[in-house]
Amino acid sequence: MRYLVSVIDDKSNPGSTDRRPAISAFNERLIAEGYWVFAGGLADTDAATVIDNRGEQAVFSDGPFVESKEYLAGVWVWEAPDLDVALKLATEASKVCDRKVEVRPFL
Amino acid sequence: MSDVEEAITRAHHDEWARVVAALTRRFGDLDIAEEAAAEAFATAVERWPANGVPPNPGAWLTTTASRKAIDRIRRENKRDDKHREAQMTYDDPPEPVGVIDDDRLRLIFICCHPALATEARVALTLRMVGGLTVPEIARAFLVQGTTMEQRITRAKAKIKAARIPYRMPSADDLPTRVSGVLAVLFLVFNEGYLASGPDTDPVRHDLTTEAIRLTRLIRALLPRDGEVAGLLALMLLTEARRTARISANGELVALDEQDRGAWDAELIAEGHRLVRERLAAAAAGVAPGRYQILAAINAVHTSARDIRDTDWSQVLALYDQLVRLDPSPIIALNRAIAVAELDGPEVALAIIDRLAEALAGYHAYHATRADLLRRLGRSQQSRAAYERAIELAGNTGETAYLTRRRDQLQ
Repeated sequence: MRYLVSVIDDKSNPGSTDRRPAISAFNERLIAEGYWVFAGGLADTDAATVIDNRGEQAVFSDGPFVESKEYLAGVWVWEAPDLDVALKLATEASKVCDRKVEVRPFL
Repeated sequence: MSDVEEAITRAHHDEWARVVAALTRRFGDLDIAEEAAAEAFATAVERWPANGVPPNPGAWLTTTASRKAIDRIRRENKRDDKHREAQMTYDDPPEPVGVIDDDRLRLIFICCHPALATEARVALTLRMVGGLTVPEIARAFLVQGTTMEQRITRAKAKIKAARIPYRMPSADDLPTRVSGVLAVLFLVFNEGYLASGPDTDPVRHDLTTEAIRLTRLIRALLPRDGEVAGLLALMLLTEARRTARISANGELVALDEQDRGAWDAELIAEGHRLVRERLAAAAAGVAPGRYQILAAINAVHTSARDIRDTDWSQVLALYDQLVRLDPSPIIALNRAIAVAELDGPEVALAIIDRLAEALAGYHAYHATRADLLRRLGRSQQSRAAYERAIELAGNTGETAYLTRRRDQLQ
């Protein structure tokens, strides 16, 4: 079962910026224990562009699809046997990256 | 009630959770388990009056429910899952002794999983473990049947989609997961004991009974857990006073006015036994949790033959212990009631006035304050506090009691 683990940062109260070494070490462990599928940090939401091509012409708009204080700062994709395993890892992940995380299963 | 009807009711009480749990394990799906269990009980209602009650009702119900589940799976053509298909092909697989109890416990842990919202945990536990119908649960928590149905459906869908496992939590997780289960059962009990809503009975005996029954089940499954024993004792000692707590005209009767002869001696004896068991454990160095301390407080109250015999210093010592464990303003408020008995209403009032901001919307804060002000002869302020308490109280018996106390003021 695959889970998307979204890292949520908060513009008015951002998490600390010195987490890279800890995250790298955590990722090494995820790989060693067979949970790791993919991970990546995301650039600031200022760098986002939304495209809507459902009409006659594609419309490009600057910024993320939803403006809010909280935003998606990065993602993990994990392979885990069940939600309890994913939640346990996510509890650690939140501490490691000093941010909230959301766990959501893929269909 | 005829013998057969009684047997069916008893089987529903005793076997519902077992049947649902066994089917959940076998088919890995709460929906299938629940629907098949319901169909099996419906079949029992149809057949048992004519054919007689089977010698082992639990086994009959599990077998019947399994067949119903298999029929349902075949009908719905859910043949995609090879594993499930393999299990379907055979009839009941042999069950090692003792596994059924573990099944029920696992079922409780699914229903009270921390990834589910609290209301969903309560609803799902009452439905899957308690066997209450959706309209019954909806009535108990004052929501529309459709709302409750959606809540349960959504919780089941999340269990399936997010793959919440059907298993015992690991040893590390067990204490926190058990405390979640106990919190759900305590919520059910409290809703029964101080039922909310203008049109409800002040006490919902069905809910307190159900909460006690489920806590007994947990106690049987986890006999060494101190907080499980504590919660059961707390419920029993509270339930023991149920009939004395409401007057003939539906008004709440405060502890000092209750007819202590009407308390249930059997429940008190059982509660006291559990408290003594926990006191022995505490003496051996096991620190008690909040339910055990609350149970001990209730044991002190139920030991006194008269309100004047109450050992208030013991009550206060227990509250001091509880405050260290849970420094919440509600605990501080209840502690102040014991202070009032020992040091007088003025000292207690000074304590609770410091809680004004935190408890501004809590009816019991205003009711306690009103009583202390009344005892100090400050009638006008007392009246205002009673009025605020009446506005906030959601229990019909309590509203009636507070109204009478207000009207007695000079």
